[in-house]
Amino acid sequence: MLGIVRQKMLRQSLQTIRPTVTVFRGYSSAAKQMTIREALNSALDEEMSADPKVFLMGEEVGEYQGAYKISKGLLDKYGPERVLDTPITEAGFTGIGVGAAYYGLRPIVEFMTFNFAMQAIDHIINSAAKSNYMSAGQINVPIVFRGPNGAAAGVGAQHSHCYAAWYGSCPGLKVLTPYSSEDARGLLKAAIRDPDPVIFLENELLYGESFPVSAEALDSSFCLPIGKAKIEREGRDVTITAFSKMVGHSLKAAEILEKEGISAEVINLRSIRPLDRATINASVRKTNRLVTVEEGFPQHGVGAEICATIVEDSFGYLDAPVERIAGADVPMPYAANLERMAVPQVEDIVRAAKRACHRSVPMAAAA
Amino acid sequence: MDMAFSAAKCDIQSFPLSITSARSHEKPLFDPLKTPACSFLGSTRKVRFTSASKLNQINPHRRYAVVGASGANNEKECKSTSNLLITKEEGLELYEDMILGRAFEDMCAQMYYRGKMFGYVHLYNGQEAVSTGFIKLLKKEDSVVSTYRGHVHALSKGVPARAVMSELFGKTTGCCRGQGGSMHMFSREHYLLGGFSFIGEGIPVATGAAFTSKYRREVLKEADCDHVTLAFVGDGTCNNGQFFECLNMAALWKLPIVFVVQNNLWAIGMSHLRATSDPQIYKKGPAFGMPGIHVDGMDVLKVREVAQTAIARARSGEGPTLVECETYMFGEHSLTGPEDLRDPAEKAHYAARDPITALKRYLIENNPASETELKAIDKKVEEVVEDAVEFADESPHPLRSQLLENVFADPKGFGIGPDGRYRCEDPKFTEGTAQV
Repeated sequence: MLGIVRQKMLRQSLQTIRPTVTVFRGYSSAAKQMTIREALNSALDEEMSADPKVFLMGEEVGEYQGAYKISKGLLDKYGPERVLDTPITEAGFTGIGVGAAYYGLRPIVEFMTFNFAMQAIDHIINSAAKSNYMSAGQINVPIVFRGPNGAAAGVGAQHSHCYAAWYGSCPGLKVLTPYSSEDARGLLKAAIRDPDPVIFLENELLYGESFPVSAEALDSSFCLPIGKAKIEREGRDVTITAFSKMVGHSLKAAEILEKEGISAEVINLRSIRPLDRATINASVRKTNRLVTVEEGFPQHGVGAEICATIVEDSFGYLDAPVERIAGADVPMPYAANLERMAVPQVEDIVRAAKRACHRSVPMAAAA
Repeated sequence: MDMAFSAAKCDIQSFPLSITSARSHEKPLFDPLKTPACSFLGSTRKVRFTSASKLNQINPHRRYAVVGASGANNEKECKSTSNLLITKEEGLELYEDMILGRAFEDMCAQMYYRGKMFGYVHLYNGQEAVSTGFIKLLKKEDSVVSTYRGHVHALSKGVPARAVMSELFGKTTGCCRGQGGSMHMFSREHYLLGGFSFIGEGIPVATGAAFTSKYRREVLKEADCDHVTLAFVGDGTCNNGQFFECLNMAALWKLPIVFVVQNNLWAIGMSHLRATSDPQIYKKGPAFGMPGIHVDGMDVLKVREVAQTAIARARSGEGPTLVECETYMFGEHSLTGPEDLRDPAEKAHYAARDPITALKRYLIENNPASETELKAIDKKVEEVVEDAVEFADESPHPLRSQLLENVFADPKGFGIGPDGRYRCEDPKFTEGTAQV
């Protein structure tokens, strides 16, 4: 099994370094800007045109052009048989998607947010994740579950939960968390081509943000390997791991730290499951300090898993305890000032990095 | 048998000509001069709007006694009129409640665009007749379970406008101290059980509230506990599994609940017709063994009549009812996205059937109230809403220490800190400076 996974990763990483395909594209080497929304839309478009078995289903994906406009234009292009507007029945349509995947179709199930996926979690975990195992390899489930995850702005407790840790703990699932437009494009295409169930956690607040994309990323065969983290910024003094929106915060924090003489290495995890332990360990062995950043709740979170991994594999290299930055351990409050306190801010990351480096900053934030 | 009766009635070919209680055998009274033809569910079949001016002089109090007595009388009662007289006080009360709902929601839109409210805000404009028609018949201890579109349910149930507005502003004087927001309005005092953003989530909760009422009466022997629960849901929810599961159990156990479906034909951008195999939602009631009634949700008097029957039925222990109110939302799904797939002609058509205008016209024409009295109510409500905004504006933001409050009823749930004592006993905990 592992051998196949490695082969696939190898194939995928080979794909990313194939320059010849892009030569006749005619794009200049100057980076083009693309929003996450456009990146996801183009990835969906390309994959749907490449493989007629790929179809999209979810609430408002068709005529409404997508609740967040991610599937804009797809209904007109591919018709209502391949872009399905579903009634508000998460459990029902997720189950239908899984059943279709059992028979070889490649559904992309969009949840308006992953909060609503909780109504369908039985199918995600029991029907999708565990089927290949329970059937001893006879039935695989090439399905993608995607949608916004985590906090937005002022949307209250039931709309702001981050599910990275929940899905990350379940064997049989692959969990991806893109940050930039390249991540979004490459990882979504990889997810759609993947023969296993993939949870694709986007972020509502990032949809409108623009990132530069290389010419290579614009190619329709562009794919990023699943399970490989990316070092967004190299550094020497402290490693900061983050995913999704928190990568942006971490990069800003790294800028601030640079001015104070701390060189931070920022790792964009990209893949929560499988977690790229090799990259994180190598980085910590270089810097000797680790700060994990996530938006979700702290207990049993992604940071907890990374900390455990480092302690297992690189204990001798740690010069300071691992610092964990996570969302507050409370359901997301509605009031704007409380919400700001409940989600990690750039200052929190800066403070944690300094604590890891100097241990002179007090534990809790000052009022 | 009641059930078969309802089922037969509702299956008639000429639906939706009959827009009164399903139990009534009679053809509806209609006045072709008064109403424009309208197409329910986008079909070309016409629905007649029974003119409110044809009401008879019937003492409304008699209705309660009659309904409680037996089913037969109930039928006759409904048969004699699809028109309902209301006393002047009742009329003014209904009018005031509807105007309050409308004025409040309009103010919400203003405040949202000024940045005082944020996140997801869903307005109720156009559907006031359903909220007022049902909730104004409830006792204080009767429960209301709402959806994310719940401001007006809260107001109708008696939550002060100040508390609701403060909650929307995220202030500590809000009904949930700013922790819930627009979609999560709770009030123990007013038996308002929320405020749920998930489709279908409120239905099992409401069924549970109804179960408690029955349990208290039968197991705990509180003989006078006859509290009724209203579960407000939308048309989109009626395809959700939880809805059917609860219809089944409510009917099975004869729970004192009324499922009020606010069918406004759209679930964000999804038309009811595109999402539902059989768009006539009231039919789902008899499939589970309870009466299913379809009513014109733009006419508060009709809604009130149907509500009286359904609530009395629940209160007397006869079991649940499914009421489908044909209504319409004048605004968009929410204030965040002005995306609207609805046909402007459809919107204009329903705007002409504004429930507030209709009630106003009825009250003036039939003389329970004069124009001046209604204007006085308008003014009073305007003042209430403005006062609510002022109050909310001046209210303080939640303190930092509030972040960790109310997570548990027993704050020992935060566990034992490194010093061996419970974390909640650490004074820094309430100051918000402790690390959790």
